[in-house]
Amino acid sequence: MSLSTSFKIEPRREIPRSLLYATPLLAVVLTVVAGFFIFLFMGYDPFLSLYHFFVSPLLTFYGLSELMVKAAPLIMIGVGLAIGFRANVWNIGAEGQLTLGAITGGVVALAFWNQEGIWILPLMCIAGILGGMAYAAIPAFLKTHLNVNEILTSLMLTYVATLFLSTLVYGPLKDPMGFNFPQSRMFGDSALLPILLEGTRMHLGTVLALLIAVAGWVLMTFTIVGFQIRVLGQAPAAARFAGFSRTKLIWLCLMISGGLAGLAGTFEVSGPIGQLIPVITPGYGFTAIIVAFLGRLHPLGIILSGLLMALSYIGGENAQVEVGLPQAVTGVFQGLLLFFLLASDFLVRYRIRRRAAVPQAVGAAQPAE
Amino acid sequence: MIKPHSRRHFLAGSGAAAGALALGGPAAFAADPLKVGFVYVGPVGDFGWTHGHDLGRKAIEKEFGDKVKTTFVESVAEGPDAERVIRQLAAAGNKLIFTTSFGFMNQTVRVAKQFPKVMFEHATGYQTAKNVSAYNARFYEGRDVIGTIAGHMTKTGKFGYIASFPIPEVVMGINAFILAARKVRPDAEIKVVWVNSWFDPGKEADATKALIDQGCDVITQHTDSPAPIQTSGSRGVWCFGQASDMSSFAPDQHLTAILDVWGPYYVERTRAVLDGTWQTSNVWQGFKEGMVEMSPYNKNLPAEVVAAAEKIRKGIIDGSHHSFTGPIKDQDGKERVAAGERMSDEALLTMDWYVEGVTA
Amino acid sequence: MAPDAAVLVILTVVGAATPLLFAALGELVVEKSGVLNLGVEGMMILGAVSAFAVAVSTGSGALGVVAGMLAGMAMAFIFGVLTLTLAANQVATGLALTIFGLGLSSLMGASFIGIPVEPLAKLSIPGISQIPIIGPLFFGHDALVYLSFAAVVAIAWFLKKSRAGMILRAVGESDISAHSIGYNVIAVRYRAVLFGGAMAGLGGAFLSLSYTPLWNEGMTAGRGWIALALVVFSSWRPWRLLVGAYLFGGVTILQLYTQGAGGLGIPAQVMSMLPYLATILVLAVIAAGPWKGRLDAPACLGKPFRPST
Repeated sequence: MSLSTSFKIEPRREIPRSLLYATPLLAVVLTVVAGFFIFLFMGYDPFLSLYHFFVSPLLTFYGLSELMVKAAPLIMIGVGLAIGFRANVWNIGAEGQLTLGAITGGVVALAFWNQEGIWILPLMCIAGILGGMAYAAIPAFLKTHLNVNEILTSLMLTYVATLFLSTLVYGPLKDPMGFNFPQSRMFGDSALLPILLEGTRMHLGTVLALLIAVAGWVLMTFTIVGFQIRVLGQAPAAARFAGFSRTKLIWLCLMISGGLAGLAGTFEVSGPIGQLIPVITPGYGFTAIIVAFLGRLHPLGIILSGLLMALSYIGGENAQVEVGLPQAVTGVFQGLLLFFLLASDFLVRYRIRRRAAVPQAVGAAQPAE
Repeated sequence: MIKPHSRRHFLAGSGAAAGALALGGPAAFAADPLKVGFVYVGPVGDFGWTHGHDLGRKAIEKEFGDKVKTTFVESVAEGPDAERVIRQLAAAGNKLIFTTSFGFMNQTVRVAKQFPKVMFEHATGYQTAKNVSAYNARFYEGRDVIGTIAGHMTKTGKFGYIASFPIPEVVMGINAFILAARKVRPDAEIKVVWVNSWFDPGKEADATKALIDQGCDVITQHTDSPAPIQTSGSRGVWCFGQASDMSSFAPDQHLTAILDVWGPYYVERTRAVLDGTWQTSNVWQGFKEGMVEMSPYNKNLPAEVVAAAEKIRKGIIDGSHHSFTGPIKDQDGKERVAAGERMSDEALLTMDWYVEGVTA
Repeated sequence: MAPDAAVLVILTVVGAATPLLFAALGELVVEKSGVLNLGVEGMMILGAVSAFAVAVSTGSGALGVVAGMLAGMAMAFIFGVLTLTLAANQVATGLALTIFGLGLSSLMGASFIGIPVEPLAKLSIPGISQIPIIGPLFFGHDALVYLSFAAVVAIAWFLKKSRAGMILRAVGESDISAHSIGYNVIAVRYRAVLFGGAMAGLGGAFLSLSYTPLWNEGMTAGRGWIALALVVFSSWRPWRLLVGAYLFGGVTILQLYTQGAGGLGIPAQVMSMLPYLATILVLAVIAAGPWKGRLDAPACLGKPFRPST
């Protein structure tokens, strides 16, 4: 099923920088064209729909701040996951680790509910990180000790985490003044992330998310550990010869991704939500997997892909509000955008030539086990 | 996804009258259609909770034609997304916004502060403000009617209840059902299976099978899909529809359904905004106001059972009957409500204990 | 438990396990060829809506089933073009496929909500289907249930004994070697991916035509994800997949029956955790046992392959 018989496709040895930036743009252009016809076909004004999808959310200061609020958890989790994916550690349970982090951070907030102090928020963050780490430790232990695949364990534990949170908000953490509704007390002021810009919801966590992405980039690019992680992913045999401990690296990757997901959970409850409720996340843990790969597993790329992904959600809501597009249409459109973006990678990584070359598998950072 | 649920007042409206003033003069918008926004927790195609609210939205369109323009956003997660969506609707010029799930309450109140000229209506919550009203339906009245029917129709004396989450609304519904049934059949009991979901047809069907296999011959549900109806129909046991008339899924076994009828309230509130008479309110409406209705009774129901059911419904409407009238004992046999006493709305709306005859 | 009661429980378990089994069997074959398609949920729901729409429109359940399979294959084809021809990332593409499928299914299904459909016919052999216990247990299901068992046998045989199956495994274990000895890696993977789509569509068709014969948005309710986990549980072996699907379905059903019987005083949320915890626990026990070290995924799983000749 190769593309053509007369032309040959071969991997590029060096990726031209221009292409790296041009292809996502091309993908967006293709999506816009495809979207134009879909909206037209569905009977909606295509210009207006596209405008409200991609442009109008970016025109106001408030819109931009919302973009940050939505993108922050995606970026934080995506960066953590990407580090693991580089080492072929398949944590797809960030959703559950986020939920655990929200619980542990939230429990701290509720424990000091009627107290004030600048130490409460840092303590919550530490609790959130530890919560996420502890939850990621289960797949880590099972993988390193029993060789149980982390795809299954991390995914199954996500469902367990949601049910655990539900047990708590319907039980011991229920707001005593909340008329028996499943929600905790509202957190005290000391347990809420400071708002950076008056009149918006842009909280301290959004800036920290960006800093974390930069830290992830430093870790992967400039440290021995980062090097070891990359080698483990690309050439496990070489890693073994070099004496890197696979067990340690697997633990490290799961602790980083679990800890960051947990912290993102704490940020959600101490930022835009402000209390514990039965469901903390609208699928951030899963969406972040897409974000990680769209960002080509590069922490700085993940910032961009996180923002784009957030825009696609906010744009979808916007199009529902302004043009009356059904949610189903925005879902289809979002799927198309992702398809084009993922396909456009092809142009970055391969070139089309006339000459034949040796076949090869391309390890763009992948697989399980 | 947590959902609806219920409550209303007693924190009620502090600044009731101020609402109308905040409108900023309806005349200013006379030429343009009034924009009315809806925030839904599920898809309009859920055939349950959200579907019901969407029928209410259509009722507004039908009533006012081009004097209104309605917009909805569906499947909005109860968290940070909800606040943004509500704000977007307000910023887009919607002057009346219905937020139709309990989990939207805090977000609605927060956005309402930023948009004092926009009127908000929040379903099943308990907070109100100058421009935020609360509304809810007395679904337990419907449970009283179907419990009465179940008491007459059962042979085994065992009922199955497919439940979502133990919020007061659901607990209240279970209790209303069995209290009514035991008036007809004193030894009746009800088995509750929690599926921990508002919507999972497969799991709801499985729970139905589990209950039927354990001897239940009447099934009722507090989840959204018609799957329990369908399963009951194929197994030949009686069942009741939830939120919509689901009789097409079990024409012979679907005895009646408790209908959520939001249309009249939505029309009334929209008219109030158009007329400039909107005020903060906090209502909990039932059969009397038409927010809860029973769908047509099945032809398989004997006339005397229909008569018994109608007696309950009419008694509720004229005030001679109240579903939670003492003596009421809890699961442990302790008397909670004295003979002749009626439970207050406050006690009902926070109900977290089960009456005698419940296995949950 | 009385034998009759046990039969009833088992019948319910069969319903819960069958859709998982179909979708997971398809994904197993896909993964054996070295491809990881996380879009099972998306293919499954499109299969469910297409099967329902066609069954309602034509009145034929069989045509509905075929439509479900074709819809799953169409989705799988999109996945194939992106990941096999264009070498896009498989994990991200699979997730995007799920978003796309959920959206598309609700568009397609909008006019089919609230309509019942005639469920697939159940086998009924006069005299035999009425035998106590054995009758309902073995002779009272619809064709798809038998097909799911047949599929286990056929796929196990195919992977282990057939020539095509061996090529498929070779492609999954070492695409470069398979390519160099002359096999068309991409073509093999396309076939596997399309088969996986058909099976996911079949699982969806079972949901909307047999398990709960109705259409509702999002009615797969995460079953595609469970199917993915079950493939890992099975360590890529069809027979163990059968065990996994019935274990997960079985625990799900048992906890519902237990709740109906009084719940043993355990909170309902904890009961709902049991299927997930049981699956992890059983896999851990297997891993600690004599099969240790035989749990590995196909070596090329998830790696894109692009022949440049």
